[in-house]
Amino acid sequence: MKLGMTFGAALVASVSWASVAAAQTELSLWYHGAGNEAESGALNMIIDDFNASQDEYKVVVESFPQESYNDSVVAAALAGNLPDILDVDGPVMPNWAWAGYLQPLNIDEAAIAEFLDGPKGYWDGQLYSIGFWDAAVALMSRQSTLDALGLRTPDVDNPWTGEEFMAALDAAKASGDFEYAFDLGMPWTGEWYPYAFSPFLQSFGGDIVDRTTYATAEGALNGEEAVAFGNWWQSLFADGYAPGTSQDPADRDTGFVDGKYAFSWNGNWAALAALEVHDDVVFLPAPDFGNGPKIGAASWQFGVSGTSENADGAAAFIEFALQDKYLANFSNVTGLIPATSTAAAMTDNYAEGGALEVFFGLSAGQATLRPVTPGYVVSAKVFEKALADIANGADVADTLDAAVDEINADIERNGGYGH
Amino acid sequence: MASKLTTSNRAGWGFALPGFGLIMLFIVIPFFFAFYLSLTNQRLISPNPTEFVGLSNYDRLLSISVLTIEPEVDDTGAVVRDDAGNAQYPRVRTFTRNNPDYSQYAGMREWFRWHWGETAKVVVATDVVFWKSLRNTLMFVLVVAPVQAGLALCLALLINQRLRGINVYRAIYFMPVVVSIVVVSLLFRFIYDGNDGLLNNVLGFVTFGTFEGRDWLGSENTALGAIMGMSIWQAVGFHMVIWLSGLQTISPTLYEASSIEGASKFQTFRYVTWPGLRNTAVLILIVITMQAFALFAQIDVMTRGGPLDSTTTIVFQAVERGYGKQDISGGSAISVVLFLLVLSISLIQRYLTRER
Amino acid sequence: MATINPDNRGLRLAVRYLVLTLIALIFIFPLVFMVMSSLKPDLQLLRDTSSLRAFLPVGDISLDNYYNAFSRVPIAQFMFNSLFVTATTVFLSLLLCSLAAFSFVFLNWSGKNVALAIIIATLIIPFETIAIPLLLFVSKLPWIGMEGLTFGWLDTYRVQIIPLVADGLTIFLFVQYFRDLPRDLIEASRVEGASWMQIYLRVVMPLSGPILATAAILKFLAMYNQYLWPLMVVQQEAYRPVMVGVQYFFQLSTAWGEIMAYLTIITIPVLAFYLVLQRAFIASIASTGVKG
Repeated sequence: MKLGMTFGAALVASVSWASVAAAQTELSLWYHGAGNEAESGALNMIIDDFNASQDEYKVVVESFPQESYNDSVVAAALAGNLPDILDVDGPVMPNWAWAGYLQPLNIDEAAIAEFLDGPKGYWDGQLYSIGFWDAAVALMSRQSTLDALGLRTPDVDNPWTGEEFMAALDAAKASGDFEYAFDLGMPWTGEWYPYAFSPFLQSFGGDIVDRTTYATAEGALNGEEAVAFGNWWQSLFADGYAPGTSQDPADRDTGFVDGKYAFSWNGNWAALAALEVHDDVVFLPAPDFGNGPKIGAASWQFGVSGTSENADGAAAFIEFALQDKYLANFSNVTGLIPATSTAAAMTDNYAEGGALEVFFGLSAGQATLRPVTPGYVVSAKVFEKALADIANGADVADTLDAAVDEINADIERNGGYGH
Repeated sequence: MASKLTTSNRAGWGFALPGFGLIMLFIVIPFFFAFYLSLTNQRLISPNPTEFVGLSNYDRLLSISVLTIEPEVDDTGAVVRDDAGNAQYPRVRTFTRNNPDYSQYAGMREWFRWHWGETAKVVVATDVVFWKSLRNTLMFVLVVAPVQAGLALCLALLINQRLRGINVYRAIYFMPVVVSIVVVSLLFRFIYDGNDGLLNNVLGFVTFGTFEGRDWLGSENTALGAIMGMSIWQAVGFHMVIWLSGLQTISPTLYEASSIEGASKFQTFRYVTWPGLRNTAVLILIVITMQAFALFAQIDVMTRGGPLDSTTTIVFQAVERGYGKQDISGGSAISVVLFLLVLSISLIQRYLTRER
Repeated sequence: MATINPDNRGLRLAVRYLVLTLIALIFIFPLVFMVMSSLKPDLQLLRDTSSLRAFLPVGDISLDNYYNAFSRVPIAQFMFNSLFVTATTVFLSLLLCSLAAFSFVFLNWSGKNVALAIIIATLIIPFETIAIPLLLFVSKLPWIGMEGLTFGWLDTYRVQIIPLVADGLTIFLFVQYFRDLPRDLIEASRVEGASWMQIYLRVVMPLSGPILATAAILKFLAMYNQYLWPLMVVQQEAYRPVMVGVQYFFQLSTAWGEIMAYLTIITIPVLAFYLVLQRAFIASIASTGVKG
């Protein structure tokens, strides 16, 4: 026992000696984009520039695969091993802030004054995270398809109404040219469901939780509007407009460009690939089901971990990274929407006349945040399951009731999540 | 027995302690920890303090009740009927949501119903998904245990012949056992596929095209059955080998005797083979039952509990809640229920198969 | 028996082989299909499922899927992780469980019966029922390593190894086997003044070949195929084992050919191992059954 302690103490001493010996303070950064070389390159460029710009701190990056990134952070928090700088998905941020994985981000407010709303992560009145970009979802189709079906081409100012949209699906279905009229991406389980589909619910007038109190989902997720949304959602599958949960993932990836689907609900990250195959691909705004056309906002952002002992350095790095040239470069390699219009002007695709310029307008005009609450991580999973069940034919009102009960029980067990 | 030579507390504990200590630390302590956690509101991680909540986790999990609903009547007191003449009933949610007259049903949801004349009896539960997972798990056990044990016995009898090259067949039948269930599950996702799946094509071929392809894992009616079939395919060789070793312990003289007496093949099996396999049968049933209760990997890889909870299982729910939704206490409560189930079933099996 | 004419006998024999072979096809075809599919481009693979070509290496055969699978995820790293974790666990398990069983069978000490009863009782605790509390438990455990005293075992090799080293079944199998060994041999060595460690190493272990093989094979299969536990406790690629890697790979790649290539890569070593040691494998499973 005594031996063990002496040995342990010696180890601790030798290790702390080693860290004193290093001249610079190391800042660890975790990133969700393992396997994506273009993205890593863009991030490394910022890190190299930052490390060269001063000699107090040295940022060291570690990349994780996106699919397991959140679990890794939870595991690290559980084990007390969080890095200094964390990459966080926008809607998850309030949970991490509430749980103490993140601390408020101390950067000059002026630096983000011109940012789109989506990349700004506010929780409880404080800024916790900031993103370099936003993503946007659009209704992808081809101009030739619209023309052949005799459909009007909607734009941000004049989106389709719900009826027009269903008429478009009917036309596509009736034409017999497509396997299905509408590809929703049902095999993309996980965050895609709340990100891509909850804006439909909001456009109907419902929501995942009641945002006035964040204490209940009653009325928001099972009220009349939500049930109307649910019925519409179910009809997409029951009436054969869209492939359901057992759609082959490969068809999700290539079905639209292969001509299997007339419309595809997909993000701007898939836009360039589609344009490469067909140059008449168009990116249409979300239809308006009564309460305005809506798409999801907020993508991955950066924040300072709650246990970081070098919060100043971490914040300095994040502020350094917010320069337009970096935002523009990130956008160029990923196809994502830069966070400022000045940066957009410097990019290939989002500058005036750029191939993806339309997404900038969609993001600015339609993007709506998912519920800003620590309870989101659980309610998102509940919402996902409810939508899958309804798509598979479950009773709409009962399923939404069950989802409400589960969300409410979770809120209650967590003492209201600090609202 | 207790010879001086072999008595040594120091050596005894010293040799046993590493193994025994690890079992205490990583099986026995977590086991009791599960009971404790199920009585709290412990989250995987949370800024809120852990509180003792009594049995409320179990209460939420297990609350179940029967609600009696009379058909709707119009002003004249006649039963309202739809075009097909079926009586119309008020929706269950009018009783279970914000209805002070039926507060005992608050927050419950329909699981299934049956009719008693015109009266509908609706089984409502707070946690319908859990009850479905319980039903699916029991269904899996009840089908897989006898079918797999029976098929394994048939294979063992087939393999137990004196034929040239029989060992090759034995090796082939056993082969899927060494392939991981995760690999098998992914492979069968492809085989069960609704469009290009191998199974649909094979069935179409065998029935000369009269069989209509279906999405085996995508339909409520076939998903669990498909998973059962695959699980049996993968594991049946394992139990075949255990039966085989049981068969080989039966003395050949018994067979010779029955052959001399002119017993038919069936009689030989009934009066010689089967009695000799008693212990093996008990062992096999217990092993299959235990494995079937732990059903998880197939579900996680193939269906994640869907479609419509038709394949969700107890272990899948425990992991989904305890880990996926970070609700350690809820997951632990499910684990405790699972353990009590396994315990009572093995006690029942032991009782039914006791030596008389 | 003698009255059966030769033709009839030959026919019956043929029927027997036919039945055996048809059943064998059911077991072997899915695996053949997996290997053949891994060699074909996706388009052809999908077309081939509608004919017997699904089971034949025909058409555009190449190793492209393997090349792509390897470049998509670090399969070699996953493989190493699995083999390292499996080998270490099997070794430690054989060592510690046989030591414990040795003590239970040959030594007398106070508390022995209680300890053995506890171990036997753990046989009816499915691992799945303790996985959730165990997760919380290991996340708080201390460890002294290169970085001094740290807390939390998640995302390491040790969390995949140490909790799974000792198990009731392995100890139980050793106990059963040791009970059949001649006790006089042990007592005689004891009289000659041999230490317990010497007896364990020089008398008992040399007699334990069959049970070591049995325990090793069972533990190997269980460990190489671990899924639930690493799924929860390992997130970093650096420690990810193959079976969790499968699920991860499936989410990254939607090309069936590549998935089949991955499945083939991680299955072939075990199958090869099995085919070489086929008799030992089957004997080891069989030996768990004889006693009941």
